[in-house]
Amino acid sequence: MDLSFIVVQFLTGLASASSLFIIASGLTLVFGVTRIVNFAHGSFYMIGAYLAVTILPRLYETSNTFAMFLAGLVLVAVLVGLAGVLLEVVLLRRIYRAPELFQLLATFGVVLMVEDLTLQVWGPTEILGPRAPGMTGAAASVEILGRRFPAYELFLIAAGPVVAGLLWLAMHRTRFGVLVRAATQDREMVAALGVNQSLLFTGTLFLGAGLAGLGGALQSPRIAANLGMDLSILTEAFVVTVIGGMGSVPGAFVAALLIGQLQAFGILVFPKVTLVLTFLLMALVLVVKPWGLFGRPEAQGGRVTTPEGFLHIGPLGPVGRGLVAAAGLGLVVLPLVGDAYLIQVGIEVLAYSIAAFALAFLIANGGIVSFGHAAYFGLGAYAAALSVKSLGLAMEPALLAAPLVAGAGAALFGLFIVRLSGIYLAMLTLAFAQITYAVAFQWVEVTGGDNGIVGVWPSRWAASRTVYYYLVLALASLCIAGLWHTIHAPFGYTLRAARDSIVRADAIGIDVPRQRWLAFTLAGSLAGLAGGLFAFSKGSIDPSMMSIATSVDFLVMVLMGGIQQLAGAPVGALAFHKLKDTLMPMTEHWRLLLGLAIVAIVLVFPKGIVGTIVDLAARRRARVTSASAAGADRRPA
Amino acid sequence: MTLLAVEAISKSFGGVAAARDVSFTVAAGEMVAIIGPNGAGKSTTFNMVGGQLRPDRGRVLLAGTDITGLAPRRIWRLGVGRTFQIAQTFVSMSVAENVQMALISHAGETLSFGRAARLRYRPEADALLAQVGLDAYSERPVTALAYGDVKRLELAIALASEPKLLLMDEPTAGMAPKERADLMTLTTALARARRLGVLFTEHDMDTVFGHADRILVLVRGEIIATGKGEEIRANPRVREVYLGDAGNLAALRAARQRAAAIATSPARAAP
Repeated sequence: MDLSFIVVQFLTGLASASSLFIIASGLTLVFGVTRIVNFAHGSFYMIGAYLAVTILPRLYETSNTFAMFLAGLVLVAVLVGLAGVLLEVVLLRRIYRAPELFQLLATFGVVLMVEDLTLQVWGPTEILGPRAPGMTGAAASVEILGRRFPAYELFLIAAGPVVAGLLWLAMHRTRFGVLVRAATQDREMVAALGVNQSLLFTGTLFLGAGLAGLGGALQSPRIAANLGMDLSILTEAFVVTVIGGMGSVPGAFVAALLIGQLQAFGILVFPKVTLVLTFLLMALVLVVKPWGLFGRPEAQGGRVTTPEGFLHIGPLGPVGRGLVAAAGLGLVVLPLVGDAYLIQVGIEVLAYSIAAFALAFLIANGGIVSFGHAAYFGLGAYAAALSVKSLGLAMEPALLAAPLVAGAGAALFGLFIVRLSGIYLAMLTLAFAQITYAVAFQWVEVTGGDNGIVGVWPSRWAASRTVYYYLVLALASLCIAGLWHTIHAPFGYTLRAARDSIVRADAIGIDVPRQRWLAFTLAGSLAGLAGGLFAFSKGSIDPSMMSIATSVDFLVMVLMGGIQQLAGAPVGALAFHKLKDTLMPMTEHWRLLLGLAIVAIVLVFPKGIVGTIVDLAARRRARVTSASAAGADRRPA
Repeated sequence: MTLLAVEAISKSFGGVAAARDVSFTVAAGEMVAIIGPNGAGKSTTFNMVGGQLRPDRGRVLLAGTDITGLAPRRIWRLGVGRTFQIAQTFVSMSVAENVQMALISHAGETLSFGRAARLRYRPEADALLAQVGLDAYSERPVTALAYGDVKRLELAIALASEPKLLLMDEPTAGMAPKERADLMTLTTALARARRLGVLFTEHDMDTVFGHADRILVLVRGEIIATGKGEEIRANPRVREVYLGDAGNLAALRAARQRAAAIATSPARAAP
């Protein structure tokens, strides 16, 4: 490794750091002011890239100059900024006061919708933008210490600091910028000072989305615009903002430099695991500085808010017991009355129910908002599949390995995760899930990479679908009943206590990190069992089982059923499966509809199916009581 | 007997000294108040005793054991119960369940996966709630309680571990005068009956001079005066920087009422 090589590698790192900063600064600004982690930021980046590959060639027809390229960049940034304004006005301003989980999911719903619409407009093929004028042919590269280096990369290296400088001027020399910084430090104080909040928030979204769009446009000459670029940039931008400290623009700058160099040099040492290195750096930073390098702890404001999750839990009433018995009976007789398809649906829904219930146990009971539940579901599936295919074990030990391996993974990641809370916790669970996904995807020799593992079938005695169904039913009943009981037992109560008030829990002697770690491990191992059962029902597995999309599926199940209801997760698993099964064959626009469904749940249906039914029943009861009370009043008169 | 001994603890935040060489003691059965203007370091001092903050320097001794910098849950185990300036309760639980949770933790059952939590220690929880006058509300959700009642619930929770020392950060903030008097009378009675040391901060001078055996005056992180009510009232420095004339009147009024109360019920007079 000679000096020139190191220099070139360093410059490459600077170029990617520069691009990363431009995108991440928008994300962190929006978070600072609105306190929303905007998943749709990745979509803005993608839109920026697609707009650039469409607009820039037209502009070059009028005048093929570098100035035109710059003008095109500004135009794209403004257009995407306007898309940000649209998002703020239509969606975000309705969810500023919603719980974090709802905010994250709603913006993820937008990601799905934008992906679908982009597919409609630009089609499935990748589109590479034209080279920037003045940087083609002989001028495309320059010589640095005897090595050719792309001129455009040098331009990118300059672009980051230029944007950082302009941002600094905007933040320190304009009234808008001062307000943005003030709101980042203390939102309530800015509100109390009578600042026009909606204008500030809309303006911030314009700026944030514009930066994402600019980032996308800047990439258009070097990376072909494609439909997966939204989520891939998003995870990197998340890492940068989390390491830098959410809301801190200087933090994003430093973190982008760190990540850029880590990737540039990491690829030489561990060519396949650069993503893992990135996330390890993030985990390390969060352990030492839980709020990132330049971040500060969220001001609590002293308010006591009602947590989002299980509220008053008690023993089931007669109606509840009747419904559970009816559901149980229905599940037992299902193979006798249903066809093969229904039995397969039953197996999948039951397996999902275990994982969804375990997630509800974490989120709704413990306030631990995991955005990476699919990691443990997938770990279980891979553990089961590899036990059978690589170790030659039978189904029974494989189904034992599934929860053990997933539980071990959750125990390891949990050590880091339980130290955090709120949005940082959600981001770290997401990061760990992405690591797991990357390993499954890239470690081809063991995991089969993208193709996954095929031929994972049950033992002979359970080969019949009906027998396997009963096996899954038995295990699902056991897991759900066990968790249900745990929620009511002292252990489950301590988790809810810590969710309600961590200060009070600590002050009465509850070891909150230990309780949370155990809960995380337990939920992870149950998700793993679900994954194992799922693997044997499908016969094959692939990395998509661990993807962000699958994690979001589990979250949607919990919300769809009703996050305040213990029975919500299984009902949500059924409803979600049914919805997907019905809609997917009917339309190409599955993602658009799923995105709309998620936004609709958040905006108009936050209590979910069971929650809404419980509310209606309570209202009906109240009406009946007041009517009979009124009748009783009248009679003596 | 000295229950709590605080020896020259200090804490600064980014160069600002919130507490500087603060030293004091609390004896078993004694009511000690910390007063001072906003930002004087009262809550900081409190949180260093309770374990929420670790002192930069100095020691905190509980019945001779060094508890400096221990986690709140360990300090609780050693016999320190506390209430918070902004009441901290488990808002998704009933009044009784809040106390049961503390009892469960006190019994070392937080890792139990057995019998439902709401079926454990119910009679004990009801007895504690009766002590603070909340027994009629035990089945209610905490969210349905008036703020004064939430403060009382916090007291019941703090008492669940049979503490030796009670830390109360502004126990009567946000309460009506009558509620204040009731809560502090109750606390005083508990302190006397159980030989409980009570350390409390308070802005209401009626409460302070009416109930504290000893008063510490904290200004800009330093204790400028310590003593009984009359001594504090007579201290010119305290008058100048904190009490002012209105505060002094309140102090005088409280002292008179107290004297009257002592005259009518001599049993409660001796600390």
